Amino acid sequence: MSVNKILAAALCLSVTWFTSCKPKGSGNAVGADAAAKTYVAPGKYDELYNFVSGGFSGQLSVYGIPSGRLLRVIPVFSADPEKGWGYSEETKPMLNTSHGYVPWDDLHHVEMSMTDGVADGKWVFVNGNNTPRLARIDLKTFRTAEIIELPNSAGNHSSPFGTENSEYIVAGTRFSVPPDGDKSDVPIKTYKENFKGHISFVSIDKNTGAMDLAFQLKTPGVNFDLARAGKGKSHDWFFFSCYNTEQANTLLEVNASKRDKDFIMAVNWKKAEEYVKAGKGVKQAVTYAHNTFDEATQTAKSEMKKEVTVLDVAAFPDLVYFIPCPKSPHGCDVDPTGEYIVGSGKLAALLPVFSYDKIQAAIAAKSFEPEKYAGVPVIKYEAALYGEVQKPGLGPLHTEFDGKGNAYTSFFVSSEVVKWNIKDLKVLDRQPTYYSVGHLMIPGGNTKKPYGKYLIAYNKITKDRYLPTGPELSQSAQLYDISGDKMQLILDYPTIGEPHYAQAVPAELIKDKQLKIFDINANKHPYKANGEAEAKVVRQGTTVHVYLTTIRSHLTPDNIEGVQLGDEVYFHVTNLEQDWDVPHGFAIKGANNSELLIMPGETTTLKWVPDRIGVFPIYCTDFCSALHQEMSGYVRVSPKGSNVPITFGLGDK
Amino acid sequence: MKKSSLAAITLSVAMCLLIACGGGSSHKEQKSATTNTPSEEPAAANPSYDPKRGEGKFDESNVKVGPLNTAMAAKGKTTAETKCFSCHKTSAEKLVGPGWKGVTARKTPHWIMNFVTNPDPMIDKDPEVQAQLEICLVRMPNQNLTEDEARNILEFMRQNDGAK
Repeated sequence: MSVNKILAAALCLSVTWFTSCKPKGSGNAVGADAAAKTYVAPGKYDELYNFVSGGFSGQLSVYGIPSGRLLRVIPVFSADPEKGWGYSEETKPMLNTSHGYVPWDDLHHVEMSMTDGVADGKWVFVNGNNTPRLARIDLKTFRTAEIIELPNSAGNHSSPFGTENSEYIVAGTRFSVPPDGDKSDVPIKTYKENFKGHISFVSIDKNTGAMDLAFQLKTPGVNFDLARAGKGKSHDWFFFSCYNTEQANTLLEVNASKRDKDFIMAVNWKKAEEYVKAGKGVKQAVTYAHNTFDEATQTAKSEMKKEVTVLDVAAFPDLVYFIPCPKSPHGCDVDPTGEYIVGSGKLAALLPVFSYDKIQAAIAAKSFEPEKYAGVPVIKYEAALYGEVQKPGLGPLHTEFDGKGNAYTSFFVSSEVVKWNIKDLKVLDRQPTYYSVGHLMIPGGNTKKPYGKYLIAYNKITKDRYLPTGPELSQSAQLYDISGDKMQLILDYPTIGEPHYAQAVPAELIKDKQLKIFDINANKHPYKANGEAEAKVVRQGTTVHVYLTTIRSHLTPDNIEGVQLGDEVYFHVTNLEQDWDVPHGFAIKGANNSELLIMPGETTTLKWVPDRIGVFPIYCTDFCSALHQEMSGYVRVSPKGSNVPITFGLGDK
Repeated sequence: MKKSSLAAITLSVAMCLLIACGGGSSHKEQKSATTNTPSEEPAAANPSYDPKRGEGKFDESNVKVGPLNTAMAAKGKTTAETKCFSCHKTSAEKLVGPGWKGVTARKTPHWIMNFVTNPDPMIDKDPEVQAQLEICLVRMPNQNLTEDEARNILEFMRQNDGAK
């Protein structure tokens, strides 16, 4: 390229930019008042909490909106050395599964607990896609409180969507597989005959949040992608998008994209509940882990459960219906009134909108296709269809709602967000995303009462948006102001992992419920030391228990002798502080482990197996006071069989 | 001249143009947002702070001491073992914080109640506590004592000082 050509191109570019200051159409990327709309002054709070999937990091991130500030990363499915999650003896059971300890997962979607169809700020549910799991995070502590594994499943993608009062959170298998058990060793090419889909209905205790695998629906072998529960009049129904209705088992890229239409599966979950109550389900022997964290003992336990109740949908003619939906539907979103169900066929050039009333009329009139699909009735497309949005964009994925009669759909292939009217199905606005948007989120945009105001696009590819950082670049979120007729891009910020779905609620719903300390008098940990008088070192055979306390700024005891090679040492560290935001950390040289981060009033345990003789420093890792650097001590390790007795102390004590 | 620097110059020209025409309203709003600086309060000049009473819920009317209540003192000692003795000795000797011996002679009962339940503002305002901080260098943590716990600890301090 010659210098002249570059100059000409640059001149052209600057002219374009200059003219773009004038109000124009969709090309006007960033508004002049963007900074003012997203600026949150130092010392001020954000308007919203935003819970964002951490994707293949396995964690859940929490952002403030509109600033885009990262407030917290909550460890869920992946071990997190910063917080000792999955490393401390107390948290290891949380990552247990029927396969043993699995310290990673692929966290996809986020669902807040709801009351009357609106987020209530009690819990957040998230799914693990790889070793199928469902987790509950307590919004009082911002900690993972419970994880349940899902039997008969593989790739828990169609999850964790919930009903209007969080009666159930669902978990639909992405990969159909042969049901668990001794008959599951089958040739892969017998997919059509032997592979099944399973949708788990996990009930939620409305007071404690406790999860229970209430029942599963056994379906034909297809891939379940996403889901939404009905609202208002459609309260009793759940809608699941499915692809690979071709039932292909190889080269899915081609072979699962052959049919002109796949399905949205409509499930009458109230009826399923009745059948289960009436004992119509079949009990199947399975094995799955159910892990719970007990706040009183500050310790998790993992229980292996052995049975699940299964309803085969083909055996109940009024339970499940398929609705044809073009082409490989991904999103399947229900508007705030509960009447409209938007299917987003990711390979389709249009957006179908189905009508709940028409679906009910079609069922009553038996407007079905002549042939069932694997024993399940298929409603005629036209009989369920409200209408189609024509030429909306390329690669529609997800739709959220603003509560003013508008829908917003993300388009992966054409990298844009498109606003359209639900009633007349007309496109109202389109704005580019940078680039390849996946999910999008409007605060409350999946609920009966959207909060509106903002839309956030979660993008898969961010080439050139930020300073380059080698071959891998951060994913991005982009914040749009949707309070006017036209969407306006106002902020662009990086996210951790790959952001899939997210949800957001006004800060007021959550911020005043925060637990600031654990009450040390309520500590029921079996190895607690409530006060330095209880600090001690106890040998039991080759196991050494150290009851250690922390307070600004010393460890008690801080000199320990009598540990021998071959011992397993457990440091049970109790933080005696009762002041907000004063955790202490604990680390020891050479531990094949992480640090501990102990909250005020909490006891946490680090296991250490010394591998050599010598003297090993221990210290506080979290800067706690002016004398933090002094908060340290020594552990002496002697040869096996040494006559050095167990001694411990602090100062002259 | 290299191609890249040409491009950079042109880019900066373009940026200037963009800013020149687009900056108006946001500049104004940002300015108003930053003028709101908090006024600085010198810690020593607190005319409203009463060093005899401290700051908090307690005063002469709601903290009464009488003959020693040994049951309360025993409860106070138990709480102190969990929440206080990491840093305080019952003798006059300093550990992290000052020893407790004689504290009930130096301070009024309601000052002690205020300080143990509400240390942060008092560490900022009380001249004697500030002098103590220069010696100890560790701010006394708020140990979230309930009113009953604080009252029992006061009773234990009185017992420790020989009250009958």
